[in-house]
Amino acid sequence: MIIWILGTKIAKAIISDLLIYFLLFLEPKTKLTMADLKKLNESIIYGDLETSVQVTKEALIEKIDPQEIIQEYMIPAMDIIGGKFERNEVFVPELLMAARAMKGSLELLRPLLAASGIEPQGRVIIGTVKGDLHDIGKNLVASMLEGSGFEVDNMGVDVSSDKIVAAVQSDKIDIIALSALLTTTMPSMKDVIEALKEAGVRDKVKLIVGGPAVTQEYCDQIGADGYSENANGAVGLVRKLLAL
Amino acid sequence: MRTNGIQKLLKSGFLLFCDGAWGTIFQSAGLKPGESAELWNRVHRKKVLEVAQGYVDLGVDMIETNSFRGNRITLAGIGAEKDAAELNRLAAEISREAAGDKCLVLGSVGPTGKILMMGDVSENEMYDSFAEQAHALEQGGADAICIETMSALDEAELAVKAAIENTNLEIICTFTFAKTVSGDYKTVMGVSPAQMAEKMLSAGASIIGTNCGYGMEVMIPIVKAFRDFDSNIPLLVQPNAGIPKIENGETIFPETPDEMASRVPDLINAGASIIGGCCGTTPEHIRAIMTQANL
Repeated sequence: MIIWILGTKIAKAIISDLLIYFLLFLEPKTKLTMADLKKLNESIIYGDLETSVQVTKEALIEKIDPQEIIQEYMIPAMDIIGGKFERNEVFVPELLMAARAMKGSLELLRPLLAASGIEPQGRVIIGTVKGDLHDIGKNLVASMLEGSGFEVDNMGVDVSSDKIVAAVQSDKIDIIALSALLTTTMPSMKDVIEALKEAGVRDKVKLIVGGPAVTQEYCDQIGADGYSENANGAVGLVRKLLAL
Repeated sequence: MRTNGIQKLLKSGFLLFCDGAWGTIFQSAGLKPGESAELWNRVHRKKVLEVAQGYVDLGVDMIETNSFRGNRITLAGIGAEKDAAELNRLAAEISREAAGDKCLVLGSVGPTGKILMMGDVSENEMYDSFAEQAHALEQGGADAICIETMSALDEAELAVKAAIENTNLEIICTFTFAKTVSGDYKTVMGVSPAQMAEKMLSAGASIIGTNCGYGMEVMIPIVKAFRDFDSNIPLLVQPNAGIPKIENGETIFPETPDEMASRVPDLINAGASIIGGCCGTTPEHIRAIMTQANL
């Protein structure tokens, strides 16, 4: 029985975490200071997953409020790296590394947030439209939104209007984010809007669009609620639309 | 560095010409949104051959193949990964049929659409995918492999190595650059022309350059950046017919053949060795470019 439990993945994860907590306990007790959480902020900016996870674990042992960790240290880090990206001081790889470090820490904090009944900043579904299989830009936006405290359901590529309508009907969704790389698949964005109207749920959600050939003009033309030129802009746009 | 056909032609000191776009022409011939152009090699061979022939008839020095998204990782998106080798071989055969011995055939190899550091695909999977594609293009009769529209150094390097190690062909590699806030040019992955040139040449490419992204005007400073790095290396330049716009639900590439041609002298002065076209260009654009260059 014990061997069977030891063999399960969950057990392994628990044991490895317990081991880390135990080792941390053995280390000479240094009181967590502001500097340690500043390290969390820096490790996210520099995309250092290992450090960001470690500092988050330390902070949890010290019972620092997860909300505070996210709001005061993690989200500002994503804002900084997002700004650097927008100014072309860093590029896609740095942004992805930062989002990965952020995600690593968030995974530790999320169960605690859920347990204390704290709702995410907003719920987003994101996907590349029907007929389009490109996912790099869409995944970048998903990572940035996730890293900025939103709950993101990444629906993948070639997502049909029906699937999006069904998601909106069955769940409390605040934002739909649609991506298209190809100029030939951009009209699918309009199809989604029409399908939402037909199902009578268009007013329940805000819908944002993006992609290399998408413009503000196109966004207005098809009646979407917002357009962003890049992944960082998408975070600001979602905050604005949800009045955060 | 492997050299044969193209190098010899370039040594004669002439400017060379390459074909223009295929995909945007297929779209006007009925290619549906999201439909794989590579499948047309099997189901609409005649239409593909027509496009190839349209360019050969202009008297260009080289044409590409309809295989840009023909690697198995990309084809897996439409469940056609098992067809990769066949579709690439057919692509090269069609271009070879059109080209005869009148011009060279460059086997087109585009990016996989995956970022290595995200871990969705391994280096080995990516290498194997490029190796299979390059090998099939050679079997179909390609004279060179043209690895294009790249933005990541690691992916492009794997593609160049796979092509070098699995074919006997000359390797061309072009990246897509955009202007940054500070005014220099980098890919979305942050790679400069000099960084790209250094890595791709040492990986074994013998011709490098830039394609897609922008029109003629932006290609000129990018070519200059390459020339600052190396004054001798052959440079292939394939601009779009401007930046696409949507008008009344249709995609328009705004640069006319004459507008594109008017920038050709500047592009030659900057140091381009081979000029062709990318998205939105047509045989009319290439004809205008050739006429202007030969004035």
